[in-house]
Amino acid sequence: MILVNGEELSYFDGMTISDILKKKNFIFPLLVVKVDGEVIAREKYSTTLVSENAKVQIIHLISGG
Amino acid sequence: MSYDYTKRTNYISDLPTMKAAHKILHETTFKPTLPQKGYNNRSLHIDLSNFKVTEKQISQQIKDTFIGGRGFGLWYLWNAINPETKWDDPENDIVISPGPLGGITQYPGSGKSLVVTLSPLTGIPIDSNVGGYFGPLLKFSGFDALEVQGKATTDIVIFIDGQTGTIRIEEAPLESVDSHITAEQFTHEYASGPGDLQNVSVVASGRGAENALIGCLNFSWYDLRRKGTRLKQAGRGGIGTVFRDKKLKAIVVRGPKVKGDENNPVDFDRIVKVGVKLHKEIHDLDDKQCRMRRQGTAHLVEIMDAYDLLPVNNFQFGKHPDVTGISSGVWDKRFTQGIPDGCWLGCSLACTKGADGHVVMTGPYKGHIVTVDGPEYETAAGVGANCGIFKPEWLLECNFYCDTYGIDTISFGTTCAFLMECYQREILNKDRTEGLELTWGNAHAQMELLHQISRGEGFGKIAGFGVHRLKQIFAERGWGDSKFLNDIGMEVKGLEYSQYISKESLAQQGGYALANKGPQHDEAWLIFMDMVNKQIPTFEDKAEALHYFPLFRTWFGLNGFCKLPWNDIEPADNAKTDEPSKVPEHVQNYCELYGAVTGKNITKEELISMSEGVYNFQRVFNLRMGKGLRRHDFPPYRSLGPVTREEYESRQERYDTQLKEVIGVDPQGKSVDEKIALHRKHREDQYEKLTDAVYKRRGWTKNGVPKIQTLRNLKIEFPDVIEVAQKYQD
Repeated sequence: MILVNGEELSYFDGMTISDILKKKNFIFPLLVVKVDGEVIAREKYSTTLVSENAKVQIIHLISGG
Repeated sequence: MSYDYTKRTNYISDLPTMKAAHKILHETTFKPTLPQKGYNNRSLHIDLSNFKVTEKQISQQIKDTFIGGRGFGLWYLWNAINPETKWDDPENDIVISPGPLGGITQYPGSGKSLVVTLSPLTGIPIDSNVGGYFGPLLKFSGFDALEVQGKATTDIVIFIDGQTGTIRIEEAPLESVDSHITAEQFTHEYASGPGDLQNVSVVASGRGAENALIGCLNFSWYDLRRKGTRLKQAGRGGIGTVFRDKKLKAIVVRGPKVKGDENNPVDFDRIVKVGVKLHKEIHDLDDKQCRMRRQGTAHLVEIMDAYDLLPVNNFQFGKHPDVTGISSGVWDKRFTQGIPDGCWLGCSLACTKGADGHVVMTGPYKGHIVTVDGPEYETAAGVGANCGIFKPEWLLECNFYCDTYGIDTISFGTTCAFLMECYQREILNKDRTEGLELTWGNAHAQMELLHQISRGEGFGKIAGFGVHRLKQIFAERGWGDSKFLNDIGMEVKGLEYSQYISKESLAQQGGYALANKGPQHDEAWLIFMDMVNKQIPTFEDKAEALHYFPLFRTWFGLNGFCKLPWNDIEPADNAKTDEPSKVPEHVQNYCELYGAVTGKNITKEELISMSEGVYNFQRVFNLRMGKGLRRHDFPPYRSLGPVTREEYESRQERYDTQLKEVIGVDPQGKSVDEKIALHRKHREDQYEKLTDAVYKRRGWTKNGVPKIQTLRNLKIEFPDVIEVAQKYQD
């Protein structure tokens, strides 16, 4: 299990940031991703592995036209 | 699909005849000036009842207190009207002002005009932020604001010539009143030749604004590549209705050729430095971020759908399987790509997309070839998804006619959606709509409704009054239950909602219903922070966000900026900052620009203070006009939670979980109606608590009135303002 923005999400081995975004359907392009407080660069979403029990923050910046 | 983007129906073949029919009613001269440090220190007042033209000096105190733009508009309107003034009284004022930083060409999004008037929909001041060249060209002709009061008796045009220093008021009987033609005709009439076309901007409305309360204004600029005029809208609150009520066919400004330093800033190099940085960000990052340069705000359609935030069928639902019909991929192909699309010079974000080669399918312009300016997200969501319509060509058709008729696409979309739901629930039927089958997805009926509104005929005669009045009319006629109509009629203070579902974001419920002018998202858009990020969990957190963001965004309107370059593009290292949602580097850019133009350096905290005075003044203005109390800040229930069984059942799992985990009630064995009632009690209670927290943070009484001390702290100490607020202190 991991926490994404405070909500539980089931975990699997080899889970990456991209997997989380896909599972949560987070398609908004302006995101700030932090894993246990560490900022993950956008270009590393598909290669950054998340460990079990990680606390992930996926901050969507303000939108709206 | 490719189009010849210069090919469109010609409306300027008979200009000599049109111009010969003009009759000069008044002519006067003025001394053209350029601003110094962003200000001319002078505004222009025109009274259409007696054709009196007056220059007004702008004092340092007024600049310090109201800054410009929306602030100047509110101040002039306050002095023009009294508590009994109605929108169609001659003393109602239309004020257009660009703000001291307006007209910068080195920093994207710096050409906005702010328009303020007493709204026909709300009876309180409305402010609307609009692109196009008018505001900067007005300022570079010599005026920081234009006020138009009084009423003419025949259709007139005001021409302000900043090249020769002439102001003329002319009867103009032959030009079209519909904006896509009006702008084209007057631009060519008043430009001295092809090289002068870009120096002319036209403000116009349309025939729809004559017959509806949801009229908008169009502000033009000449698109050199397309060889035609383009339009941006001051959409909200019925400003176009006031414009046409004054018999204004157009206001035209011809300014000097813009070179880029007309504001005479204190430190030009400082502006260039900040601008270069943002241009580079846009160049390097926009394709990876929001793709504003290709899709404009229409990129949001499928994003809102993915987060259950896209209004579908009058805000009942937040997504729809047919959304791909109007999503960004469609617009990416349909918009003409690869040509500059800024609504002011130098804006490299270039989000003002145009769909060229649209062959009009209905109405008086059937068969004409036109360029449609848009659709932007609000239009695609409003007249599209919210009405169950997912056909792009029909969206373009509706977008085109709304603009040229001078009808606000947001209010029309929300009103049409409301009517369609009334039809669904048999509050309306074919007899009551005089033959219109207003079923979900019926684009033909939507267009016929729009044409009827524009003519003031049939069912369109009342439909153009907007949601607030329609609720009353339907209840009075015994067609529907007043409480239910109030629950589903998406308006606050008389203004229709813009196009986001706020049911699962308490902060956004406040962002809409607590907004001074009514539920428009340009005060605060907090849905992601609140609903998705869970960044503002407490009432105090939400209240802080509802303090900061409305004030931050007010600042754009005081100074002549567009909101989009603030956060629809972000610096590469924004994620590493302490408050990425505020985009700190861009906030600092605005401080730099203000200091560079005016010579007065400000901090990010002072930036907020500048807005706070104007914001509180506007709240007192609402009080003066009979609104502005707590009861006027309460939203329709649909913006808080599910009204109907279908809505509940569409998100049953979520709502049942909330009952159990948030409200503490076991949903097992409860009927849907019982569960809806439990949610309602909880959600309305939460909203009241939010309201308490926001008022406290803003320094207002529990009834939503700025405390006298708050006004004094903000230096809003004008005796007549204090007198109004004093009456409502607890």
